[in-house]
Amino acid sequence: MNFPIDRIDLRELKKGIDFAFRDFSRTYGDAIEAFFDPLMYFMVWLEQLMINAPWQVMVFIFAFLAWLGSRSVLLVLGTVCSFALIYYLRMWEDTMATVAIISVATLTCIGIGIPLGVLMARSNRVQAIVTPILDVMQTIPSFVYLIPVVMLLGIGKVPGLLAVCIYAMPPIVRLTNLGIRLVDKEVLEAAESFGASYRQKLFDVQIPLALPNIFAGVNQTIMMALAMVVIASMIGVKSLGVPVLRAISNQYLALGLMNGLAIVVLAIIFDRVSQKYGQRLQKHRQGGHDV
Amino acid sequence: MMSDIKVKIKHLYKIFGSNPTAMVNHVKNGISKQELLSQYRHVLGLKDVNINVPARGVQVIMGLSGSGKSTLIRHINRLIEPTDGEIIVDGKNVLKMNINELRDFRRHTLSMVFQKFALLPHYTVMDNVAYGLKVQNIPIEKARQRSQKWIDRVGLSGFEYNYPAQLSGGMQQRVGLARALATDAEILLMDEAFSALDPLIRTDMQDILLDLQEELHKTIIFITHDLDEALRIGDNIAILRDGEVVQQGTPQEIVLHPADDYVNDFIKDINRARVLEVSSVMDDKLIDHGPDIDINMVIEEALPRLSAMTAPKGVVTQDGKAVGSVCLDRMVAAIARPKSTSNSKTIYS
Ligand SMILES: Nc1ncnc2c1ncn2[C@@H]1O[C@H](COP(=O)(O)OP(=O)(O)OP(=O)(O)O)[C@@H](O)[C@H]1O
Ligand SMILES: [Mg+2]
Repeated sequence: MNFPIDRIDLRELKKGIDFAFRDFSRTYGDAIEAFFDPLMYFMVWLEQLMINAPWQVMVFIFAFLAWLGSRSVLLVLGTVCSFALIYYLRMWEDTMATVAIISVATLTCIGIGIPLGVLMARSNRVQAIVTPILDVMQTIPSFVYLIPVVMLLGIGKVPGLLAVCIYAMPPIVRLTNLGIRLVDKEVLEAAESFGASYRQKLFDVQIPLALPNIFAGVNQTIMMALAMVVIASMIGVKSLGVPVLRAISNQYLALGLMNGLAIVVLAIIFDRVSQKYGQRLQKHRQGGHDV
Repeated sequence: MMSDIKVKIKHLYKIFGSNPTAMVNHVKNGISKQELLSQYRHVLGLKDVNINVPARGVQVIMGLSGSGKSTLIRHINRLIEPTDGEIIVDGKNVLKMNINELRDFRRHTLSMVFQKFALLPHYTVMDNVAYGLKVQNIPIEKARQRSQKWIDRVGLSGFEYNYPAQLSGGMQQRVGLARALATDAEILLMDEAFSALDPLIRTDMQDILLDLQEELHKTIIFITHDLDEALRIGDNIAILRDGEVVQQGTPQEIVLHPADDYVNDFIKDINRARVLEVSSVMDDKLIDHGPDIDINMVIEEALPRLSAMTAPKGVVTQDGKAVGSVCLDRMVAAIARPKSTSNSKTIYS
């Protein structure tokens, strides 16, 4: 067979890219790492705080948050029992570390994803550029982007966070964009006819009306971040993924199962609470005179 | 009293498509809507529209679906940019306004009521009505205070803290009306505001509007495709067809002298006795006996006066003075449905 590029050239090309990136990370790696240092200190601080706080206090906080989000006694009870069980099965530290990184990752995704989605909704050109990037972020095997991330930032919390965010960000961007584009055109026109500025339209009309969709995005982002935890633990993120990895390499069935199930329990709690919260956001859409 | 012009629309053209400015000349040279579409792939929205809306009057714009009514009314607050022409409101050229001027103009000079209500579903009735004031950056407490008056005026007291989804269509449109009134704008744009309501509720809403108008004297531009509604609330009517004004005038002028078959089709089923005034069927001959009938009385009211007295003729009076006479036969003839002015059946798009 006759390929347009011969083997030698191809090897040279790959080598070229590798060396170029290696040089880049040698030159700028330290600067970039220094840039992320505050983030790393924050993550370490949050993780230590959650691990060192009395576990009863943490369970109470989780129960309270679950109540705020869902207003469901059943969910609060489930939350308390789950976390108590996790504590008694000695998975507390890893679970707290997991919750810490998930929280930071979700907040990061919201902080970047919602403004990006708003920009996409505003301009078709931005949408045309960002959509394929999101497609790549979601479908490229995560190990592939772990390579440059690790080359650049080494092993640790920040590269782990980056890996989680790359994987978990797309849904919130997409659903923010979609939600804003789906806002009733007549309502938007009404706002405009009263002389609303761009900001007023965005904050009084578009974002509130897109909120159910945006919230579905947040929910998916949390779920995907949790799914990414095991892979992130391969590059030095302390979490429930670490014992899972150890279980895989040593064939410890029970260890793997227990920690895996802990991830599942976290996922279910996050999912139910955030979904309930999303539903409550839409209350005003229902009819009936007694709300 | 009604002589000053509030809104002046001059030679307004609107063409939808990729290169509308290049199409204006074709349209000015008389190309039809169908030809423009098939030859150049552009949609003719409005063609050489000229309307003068007198201050404090109700201007109705009528036409079949797709005739360009919504397009036209959205030019007045520039929700749609024209391709060519001018719009003058209070002597100011709306199209020359920059973004800030336009925003102020929309906040203070005119407000709009929508066919599908277009309420903010996440706001209560109170906050919906206060929305126009909120946009003006008026503190919310003050805005709510001012809104309460309008909520009461449209009969929604007690529903302040309900959400739109909890109200019936008629009640939702009252919210829409109150929201438009709350900014105290002098011009009210109403795009088929009552079309989505069932007939009884629609009549209710017309009553509310007429009541309010008696007191507020706004300049209202009202779109409808229902001639009865147009006759009921309009001081002037402009009829649109394929983006062109085919006729404008008072209800009486339009019923008496329909410009063409299109207009004829609109008016053929209406109750003419309720529109035509005695002035249109009287003659100057003075007579001695007969009941007094005011010159501006509609035939529907004049007829029973004659028949009750079994008098063949009545004395037409103006400001109490006799100015002529009117006979029963002429009145009856005037309210009979006229024949079509031509036999050809026109098909309207
Ligand atoms: N954005 C647009 N792009 C292309 N064509 C348009 C656009 N908006 C309106 N038109 C066309 O302009 C014409 C007039 O539309 P318009 O909505 O003003 O009609 P209308 O009289 O309000 O009708 P209806 O009674 O159904 O509301 C129609 O032929 C429509 O297809
Ligand atoms: Mg319309």
